Amino acid sequence: MLLFIEQCLNGLQLGLLLFLLAAGLTLVFGIMDLVNLAHGSLYMLGAYFGATFTALTGDFLTGILLALICTWLVGMAIEVIALRKLYGRDHLDHVLGTFGLLLFFNEAVRLIWGPAGLNLTLPSWLNRSIELLPGVPYSSYRLSIIVVALVVAFLLYFLVMRTRIGMLIRAGASNREMVAALGINIKLLYTLVFGLGAALAGLAGMMQAAILTAQIGMGENILILAFVVIIIGGIGSIRGAFIAAIFVGLIDTVGRAYLPDLLRLFLSPSGASTAGPALSSMLIYLVMAVVLIVRPEGLFPANAK
Amino acid sequence: MKTWLTPRNFVVAALIAFLLLLPLYTSSTGNYFLLSLFTRIVILAMAATSLNLILGYGGMVSFGHAVYLGVGGYTIGILAYEGVYSGWLQWPLAIALSALVALIIGVLSLRTRGVYFIMITLAFAQMIYYVALALDRYGGDDGLTIHRRSQFGDWFNLNNKTLFYYVCVVFLLGTVYLVYRLVNSRFGRVVQGSRSNDRRMRAIGFATFRYKLVCFVIAGTLCGIAGALLANHTDFVSPSMMHWTRSGDLIVMVVLGGMGSIFGPLIGAFVFLALEELLSSITEYWQILLGPLLLLVVLYARGGIDGMLSRWRRD
Repeated sequence: MLLFIEQCLNGLQLGLLLFLLAAGLTLVFGIMDLVNLAHGSLYMLGAYFGATFTALTGDFLTGILLALICTWLVGMAIEVIALRKLYGRDHLDHVLGTFGLLLFFNEAVRLIWGPAGLNLTLPSWLNRSIELLPGVPYSSYRLSIIVVALVVAFLLYFLVMRTRIGMLIRAGASNREMVAALGINIKLLYTLVFGLGAALAGLAGMMQAAILTAQIGMGENILILAFVVIIIGGIGSIRGAFIAAIFVGLIDTVGRAYLPDLLRLFLSPSGASTAGPALSSMLIYLVMAVVLIVRPEGLFPANAK
Repeated sequence: MKTWLTPRNFVVAALIAFLLLLPLYTSSTGNYFLLSLFTRIVILAMAATSLNLILGYGGMVSFGHAVYLGVGGYTIGILAYEGVYSGWLQWPLAIALSALVALIIGVLSLRTRGVYFIMITLAFAQMIYYVALALDRYGGDDGLTIHRRSQFGDWFNLNNKTLFYYVCVVFLLGTVYLVYRLVNSRFGRVVQGSRSNDRRMRAIGFATFRYKLVCFVIAGTLCGIAGALLANHTDFVSPSMMHWTRSGDLIVMVVLGGMGSIFGPLIGAFVFLALEELLSSITEYWQILLGPLLLLVVLYARGGIDGMLSRWRRD
């Protein structure tokens, strides 16, 4: 039972991390109609910036803040230099162009930081465990990830649904020309939105870097998970991304923890130990396939055309 | 009057002549590195040609095409590991399995369109990649060495490098011919019609889903054969041959050469892999050059090399 609670919390934490990544992806897709494979690179850059700046400044929070600003700037630079020209092209062009960016960033990181991974060290006040319930200890860092991600999710919701900028973003998603004709600088707005998505991805990356390490290519596998999240949630829908991300995080974590044991009930021990890992890594893709069969547009399709 | 002596036909003819005559040079000088490189180019050109069938003609942007390379390759590898060396058994099974995988992925993915299709094919490919990673018995992450190539009897020994090269060339040209015949048939017209306007094709009475599915399965199967060839060529299979960046490479080859052109993928594979060799000999960090190059091609050279060649007339 104790383990189960811990696994659920881990699942929730992975889910929220996925949400930070998926939110940027789905925002950019929903508003600019752009498929961005380089989103995982921003996640990776966030992790490397985070590790570098915390080591450089010696202070965790300052380092994180600097890293966030840097990822935000890099995101906006990418948008202005390259991606802006891709709007309105077909999706294949997006895939190819951003694939090129991804190769570039992987190699650039290798060139700057070297092929070895980079550690992000936690300050002592985060690196301990606290008792959630009597007898249920949990890492304070993982808990703080959950809290931070929830706060960010709320802020994002507030920004998009309750502020003037959010209103413009939503208006730009449904009719770009009309918003531009009303005297709004839509280009700047797009750049800002892209930077926001980049900063969210970078935040997810640096939070993950403290648990694992910052590595080249770390963004690619989780990017595909984020794709699964937005397919399940419905592309363009932030609410869908939030629910689907937590769903996927829970299924993946809990499935990996318990599926091998569950299989042991039906299969021989050797069969279960072979099929277990394979099946549990397939689990979320199977869920995705089922969702697609039932609802090809995802669970919460965005209304924007 | 249509003239046959266009720059594009000239390049294609030169390329094919080069591919056919290359073993004369390599066997006289013993430069087997070059032969091995070109065997790889020919095999990947075949995979790219199969992808072009769905990507260029069918408008189905599959981002998981490398998975069939893996399915075909792993069939050979696993059978060889279990002691089954007969090519007469290995190859039909590799073909059947890649067709089956393509059928399952196709049935599920073709329910969706556009960006959903891209992401779903990507996700399914990733799923099969993870299955290969979890195959501890067959090497898992480290991959599986194949100790004996497929056996087709004494008179047809695939260990002979030149013979194997020609087998690959025959498969490549066969694939190109098959794709050519397919896209110019009634079947191909329906698939291309569905690319331009799926709803209209359905309105005039074509069950486009079935046509697209068959097209998807044919492409997957052809790529599975390429995978079987690749496994025999490298004597090794590993999950990395179906990593999603490999699928990306295949798309790059198709687009670089020219989508929806019969010989485009062949030119694309040739240029891409030659570029890879060339850039990696200049710098270890060659992808830092390749990435922006790719972006430039996307931004400024739509239609790929084939498109440029057809536009470039001497009149």
